[in-house]
Amino acid sequence: MTLTAPAPAAETPRSRRRAPGPLQRARDSYRRYWYAYAMVAPVVIVLGVLVGYPLARGFYLTLTDANSLNSARTIGVNTIDATYKFIGLDNYAEILWGPSAYDRFWSHFVWTIVWTVTCVVLHYVIGLGLAMLLNQRLRGRVAYRLLLILPWAVPTFVTVFAWRIMLADAGVINTMLGTIGLAEPSWLENPTWQRTAAIMVNTWCGVPFMMLSLLGGLQSIDENLYEAAEIDGASAWQRFRHVTLPGLSSVSSTVVLLGVIWTFNQFAIIFLLFGNTAPDAQILVTWAYRLGFGQQPRDFAMSAAYGVLLLAILIVFTSFYYRWLKRNDQLA
Amino acid sequence: MTNSPSTYAPGKRQRRRGELGPVARVGTHVTLTVASLIALFPIIWLVYLSLGPDKDDYLHPGGIAAKATLDNYWFVLTNTAFFDWLWSTMVVAGGTTLFGVMSAATTGYAVSRMRFPGNRTLMWILLLTQAFPIAVLIVPMYEIFSRLGLVDSHFGLILVNCTTIVPYCSWLLKGYFDTIPIELDEAGMMDGLTPFGTFWRLILPLARPGLAVAAFYAFITAFAEVAFASTFLLDDSKYTFAVGLQSFISEHDAQWNLMAATAVLIAIPVTLFFYLVQRHVVTGLTAGGVKG
Repeated sequence: MTLTAPAPAAETPRSRRRAPGPLQRARDSYRRYWYAYAMVAPVVIVLGVLVGYPLARGFYLTLTDANSLNSARTIGVNTIDATYKFIGLDNYAEILWGPSAYDRFWSHFVWTIVWTVTCVVLHYVIGLGLAMLLNQRLRGRVAYRLLLILPWAVPTFVTVFAWRIMLADAGVINTMLGTIGLAEPSWLENPTWQRTAAIMVNTWCGVPFMMLSLLGGLQSIDENLYEAAEIDGASAWQRFRHVTLPGLSSVSSTVVLLGVIWTFNQFAIIFLLFGNTAPDAQILVTWAYRLGFGQQPRDFAMSAAYGVLLLAILIVFTSFYYRWLKRNDQLA
Repeated sequence: MTNSPSTYAPGKRQRRRGELGPVARVGTHVTLTVASLIALFPIIWLVYLSLGPDKDDYLHPGGIAAKATLDNYWFVLTNTAFFDWLWSTMVVAGGTTLFGVMSAATTGYAVSRMRFPGNRTLMWILLLTQAFPIAVLIVPMYEIFSRLGLVDSHFGLILVNCTTIVPYCSWLLKGYFDTIPIELDEAGMMDGLTPFGTFWRLILPLARPGLAVAAFYAFITAFAEVAFASTFLLDDSKYTFAVGLQSFISEHDAQWNLMAATAVLIAIPVTLFFYLVQRHVVTGLTAGGVKG
């Protein structure tokens, strides 16, 4: 698939006279690949300026006590210089084992894990179930498909507000629950119910993507495999376990990884569902945002430190996930 | 394949493969109908509430049917900053799309076709950047942008959005370029085209569908971006829809009826747009995932 770069032609416009010396290799490489580098240059520059520099800057900020009162800022024509100072790793120490470490970091950490696992499992199981139902000869399949992806089609920032109205104290969900004689929880006030509500809304939003991806995977499984299994007398469950699931493994590993990353980083749903209330239902991302922007004074250093920790968690998870996938591949 | 099931199963009439028995069929329809209703209900409810003239009507939904009116829509269109928001959203989403797709196209091609030192590293960085939690970049970006005076400007927001859009579009386009036969490039080179010439004159025109998908995705993502827009835009008239919609709900006063009407006005075009392209977006997203 990959075209190796052809040897440099004699008339390469930028070719230079060979100069012996330690720079030889760099120059050679430059002559051979200069157009590849020219082509990736825009993205490398954009990412360097917009991601690399802020990342380095952000890491530096975590080593200071920067907040909105001592940072450099421009108000009208006045420029105020930064006065924050370097404090080393104190921020990290405070987050991880300071006096309020449990309340502020670890409780949110645990909830974030619970949130991610629950949501991804629900997304996957419901998505797979619906995909299997849709993957049959069925009247009205197209219509079902169109309706079922609606939660993905409508922007999240719109649908979350619909849920917020429905979950309000005297909203339609509680009215319905009341009518059939069930308890009417205060979804948006009680911490446990806030968490339930958040998981519910996120599940509603995330299922369609899983369903569509898995449906694509199901359709690519060879029909003959099912036929062969049936002839061998495999039950429906055995066919599911030994034909469907292995057939889906490559799609599954991709969507589960994406699902974990997206759910772990999910900002909009919790932020819009609860506004600035519900400290207990905040996952680490929204909690970090709140430290940096949802309070006065804004604690930039702390917020950035949370960000760095979050990135570290994701990188560790992803590399373990890859290692686990690779090992399973070798065993299979 | 064959029209007569009897050749398949001689003797007793059998169901063809993939055909359901009556119980299973009813069960499937019931499940899918319930699921569709759950998917549909919040949206229908929002549309219904948008017809109620009073901001507390959501508490007494039964009364809305009798006094349904389009007044909320009229009010939103004439008395709020709706059209300012529309303009801001278009500027930000359009700008992000243009900038993102243009800078990503050549990279997608280079990563797809050429082997050069740093190739794999670059692909890893592109992949990793997509997984960045917003919390990592938002603070330093805010700090840098307030020094540069880029907070509360659409240009600033476009730059911030590009941090996620550019790597994603590069991946998506790499996936698309991979599907274009390499023989075309070789033929182009044979005919004396430079690598840039091949890309520009041969491959890019063929990649138009891929570019369109990348553009759609970039547009929809920038359109619906909440965190950065809520942080970087301060002035009411510069809000994008994602921020503007929040402004109906403050701690003291919640105008649910107006919010619902605005939400419907925003959702209709985007949803239609989404339905047109969704098939391609799914393929693009999963292709850009693990299979590097």
